[in-house]
Amino acid sequence: MPPTEHELRLRERLGRLRNLPLLGGTRISGELERLQRQIARIGEEATDEEVWRKVELARHDDRPYTLDYVERLLDDWFELHGDRALGDDGAMIAGLGKLDGRTVVLVGQQKGRDIHERASRRFGMPNPEGYRKAWHAMELADRHGFPVITLVDTPGAYPGVVAEQHGQGAAIARSQSIMARLKVPTVACVIGEGGSGGAIAIALADRVLMQENAIYSVISPEGCAAILWRDAGQAKKAAAAFRPDAIHCLELRVIDEIVPEPVGGAHIDPDMAARLLGQALRESLADLDGVPGDDLRRRRRARFRSLGVFA
Amino acid sequence: MAKIDVSVETDDQPSPPPSHPNTCPSCHSHYRDDELERSLWVCEQCGHHFPMRARARIASLADDGSFAEEATELHSEDPLGFFDLRPYTERLAEAEMKTGLADAMVIGRAAIEGRQCELAVMDFAFMGGSMGSVVGEKLSRACDSAAEAEMPLVTVTSSGGARMQEGILALMQLPKTVAAVEDLHDSGQALLCVMAHPTTGGVLASFATLGDVVLAEPNALMSFAGPRVVQEITREKLPDDFGRAEQNLRYGQIDAIVPRPELKPTLSRLLRLFDAPD
Repeated sequence: MPPTEHELRLRERLGRLRNLPLLGGTRISGELERLQRQIARIGEEATDEEVWRKVELARHDDRPYTLDYVERLLDDWFELHGDRALGDDGAMIAGLGKLDGRTVVLVGQQKGRDIHERASRRFGMPNPEGYRKAWHAMELADRHGFPVITLVDTPGAYPGVVAEQHGQGAAIARSQSIMARLKVPTVACVIGEGGSGGAIAIALADRVLMQENAIYSVISPEGCAAILWRDAGQAKKAAAAFRPDAIHCLELRVIDEIVPEPVGGAHIDPDMAARLLGQALRESLADLDGVPGDDLRRRRRARFRSLGVFA
Repeated sequence: MAKIDVSVETDDQPSPPPSHPNTCPSCHSHYRDDELERSLWVCEQCGHHFPMRARARIASLADDGSFAEEATELHSEDPLGFFDLRPYTERLAEAEMKTGLADAMVIGRAAIEGRQCELAVMDFAFMGGSMGSVVGEKLSRACDSAAEAEMPLVTVTSSGGARMQEGILALMQLPKTVAAVEDLHDSGQALLCVMAHPTTGGVLASFATLGDVVLAEPNALMSFAGPRVVQEITREKLPDDFGRAEQNLRYGQIDAIVPRPELKPTLSRLLRLFDAPD
């Protein structure tokens, strides 16, 4: 039987992936198999309209946030509020909980539901205190051998006067450097908006996952449009140009896996979304189980150091 | 709520451009090229630090004939086929023509007053000093080179942030350079970071602030978000020295402000303190 048009396209895409210089690592066969499975699951490259639809879904008011997943996935959740320096940043959540009976540390940005909570959580845009809270929790995990799960959902770090005075840039750098030093398994998942530096600060993990309708980008479509097109209204065009969708991130090996969502998006059925996310997190943690801490750290750094395309 | 993001390349200079690049924007003194070159691009009237190109910076820091450039073969690609008002490839070609550089960073081995080090210097004239895959790779190689040769790495940054034409891969240069710096730290070698005007966005939020010692030039803008973005989003009144080196020093974010004429002796002293090889 001759291959269908869909199969041909898939094969061509895989061929392209194989030729990408950034896939030249040693784990290539395993990676390819993973990619093959992922691409088979997702199907085809997203059209411009679909990319924009994902931007809208990633920002949907009813989309489950970090604490919605905490509630559904972890037992005995105990939130850690302190950054041990300046304050409690509501835009960043950290805490301890049990996943299948095993203690884990979970860190993630948190958006608000109603207008008051949105303001108090600054729309999920952390201040340096938030990153300090995150790194405090991650260092705690490292001391006690707890795996770290991070859930990324932020338009970006908060651009405020005080945030800058308190070292926003350095806090984001330091947060990454602490993740690059951890000797415990780490899994990050982008569950909504993976906005630039504010997102990567907690995403330097052994495994990076992304929900089907999440976005991950160096700049928001509006910000990109404002700078390059000199018109924030061209956001759709900008999104189509840099493609913040999960399939594209997977192609570039920025993420390792796409986590499926209920049909129509995570907000249609948060319980189902949590089950699917939980399954993906468990699989990733199981893969990392038993790997010595030094190896985890070496591989994690090598993973990120291999990212980029140049001649 | 406007969605903003900040670790991005921008062509906008933080202060309005002067009528002529050789006119001091602060006191309006005007200089010939050779005068500026002699004064290390510092205004002799008011001390304003003009932008300094990467080659000139290297010449001002490295002992004569000591600089051996590395990774000269690296060039940017266009992984996204990015096209805004103009194609990325066209912007790259134009920047290359304008600056004579392959990208926004130059790395290599150098001696500073006889002390050996690895040097990584950025050039704002190349697409706003934005960090894409090539800048990330060069910084990463500079870390390895310093670790292998057992000598400190000195970085001089000047950048608007991540290069958005490379999309998410530009963002990935943040963790890439951070991971490289962590490998350098583990090797026991020092990282000395000098921030020139402006060091903002993704470069500030990665390797530029991770030095064992962090220095800045006078009045250098070092903010994660640019003043305009902060103003637009928060409607807060900005302090006069918002994000400037002086504010960063006052708030404990950096170790010292070093005027350009003192930079070479200062680095030399630090290299001695960190036992850099002769």
